[in-house]
Amino acid sequence: MSQLQVDGLDVYYGAVHALKGVNVRAEAGEIVTLIGANGAGKTTLLRTISGLVPAKGGRVMFEGKDITKIPAHEIVALGISQSPEGRMVFANLSVEDNLELGAYRRKDGAGVRKDRDAMFQLFPRLLERRKQLSGTLSGGEQQMLAIARALMSRPRLLLLDEPSLGIAPLLVRDIFKNIVEINRGGVTVLLVEQNAHMALSIAKRGYVLETGKVVLEDDAAKLATNDEVRAAYLGG
Amino acid sequence: MKKLLSPLIVLVLLVGLNAVLPSVLNPYLLQVLMLIGINIILAVSLNLVNGFTGQFSIGHAGFMAVGAYGSAMFTLTQGVPMLAKLTAMGIPAEIAQGALLLVALVLGGLLAALFGYLVGLPSLRLRGDYLAIVTLGFGEIIRVIILNVDAIGGARGLPGIPKWADFFWVFLMVAVVITLARNLAHSTHGRALFAIRDDEIAAEALGVDTTQYKVLAFVLGAFFAGVAGGLFAHFLSYLNPSTFQFTKSIEIIAMVVLGGMGSISGSVLAAIVLTLLPELLRTAGALRMVIYSLMLITLMIVRPQGLLGTAEISLDLMLERVGLKKKPTSPARGGAR
Repeated sequence: MSQLQVDGLDVYYGAVHALKGVNVRAEAGEIVTLIGANGAGKTTLLRTISGLVPAKGGRVMFEGKDITKIPAHEIVALGISQSPEGRMVFANLSVEDNLELGAYRRKDGAGVRKDRDAMFQLFPRLLERRKQLSGTLSGGEQQMLAIARALMSRPRLLLLDEPSLGIAPLLVRDIFKNIVEINRGGVTVLLVEQNAHMALSIAKRGYVLETGKVVLEDDAAKLATNDEVRAAYLGG
Repeated sequence: MKKLLSPLIVLVLLVGLNAVLPSVLNPYLLQVLMLIGINIILAVSLNLVNGFTGQFSIGHAGFMAVGAYGSAMFTLTQGVPMLAKLTAMGIPAEIAQGALLLVALVLGGLLAALFGYLVGLPSLRLRGDYLAIVTLGFGEIIRVIILNVDAIGGARGLPGIPKWADFFWVFLMVAVVITLARNLAHSTHGRALFAIRDDEIAAEALGVDTTQYKVLAFVLGAFFAGVAGGLFAHFLSYLNPSTFQFTKSIEIIAMVVLGGMGSISGSVLAAIVLTLLPELLRTAGALRMVIYSLMLITLMIVRPQGLLGTAEISLDLMLERVGLKKKPTSPARGGAR
């Protein structure tokens, strides 16, 4: 049994059929990436897994449990955490407060403080700015904060939505290094990216989404050399 | 011990001022002072909804009306006969009166909170502008119902409410609502509210039950609007449905926005300014409301984030400003809020 198994998922936005029978799985400890153009349904898939968007058909299984109908705020407690697209940090709260909100469902104060310090080790830039309002951070720093905040709930599965979006290339490299490090710590990562090159370089397996369907599924290394993928997403 | 000290000081101060003020201030100034207190309660309670949680409610006058009429009806039907009984039993009139007023205020508040729950539960699943329209409709419905129910006076209004709310009670409630809002702001629950304000989807994704929290803020805000209404009723001793028009809701929103969304001291300051301003402008005669509106517009252009933004006035901060206290090397927790 895979840690995460998505079977025949159908999602609609009003009349728009956003996901059409999508099957995706992730084994414990993997980095799996979803690549595809804008509007392919990558973000929708992540949001359906985390409960933010309701599924019309199909199901989402996590560690053997059907979580399709469970509301978003309870899914966090089950061990799935999401760093949403466009970062979405709480701009009027400090870096520290953002991190504490990440641990919102946890009751172990000492453990939360320990994890917060661990986040500051992972992202030293956040430590320098711990008291600063997060709205005043740079894009890259906000992305780091969004990832750190998602990790504060101690997830076993981390959903990352476009961590490279609008961030300086040098910082993107740093952030991808962080993702690998997080994964080595035992967290399964489901990574949505438009930067297919970077994503495939750190992932074990990958899926290609096109207009709501999985059109390709393979080892990341093979996808990176696949002619169609190269032509469509890797710039030839 | 220290925890008990400041409430005790406030209580002594309130009792003292309550005894002294009526002989120092003329009745007009005293009335303005009382209205300031009631407006502070209204503004701070609306700030819990609009400022803390980022929801846009424009029906606060409706909740105030529910509390005003609810508490007034309790006093008229139950409170007055009970007062006679209690005094006959040898309980001093002042104490019996205070206790009955407190019961009336709490009942009015609870009734308003119940309405808040009924309105909030279905509508808070909606976002921004939808909620605004629902709350606007609610406020008007309440007013029209009051206008047409003869048992509570209808369009003639409800006269003869005993004048039990004095300076002590109004400002006691001011202290209660400010303390509660402050404690909330520094709690995990407060952080959850701020998270909803800044980004609802992200808050939900982190495990915050956003609907539950929005309803909580709404119910809490409605409760204190009801208490303010109760104080208003027991202070003016006459209620009229036209007091609770849509414009009253707007007036309260203006206080929250002008003070700074999410700033408690901002709401207090704006409630004071916006209550005083029309009174001070009385000398301007016919131009009074024109000048008032122009000043509001100017203020919003000059300081769109409100008088205080999201900051709070604190003693430490003021001492820092005048250089009496050294700024701490790392800014105080929550100080930037």
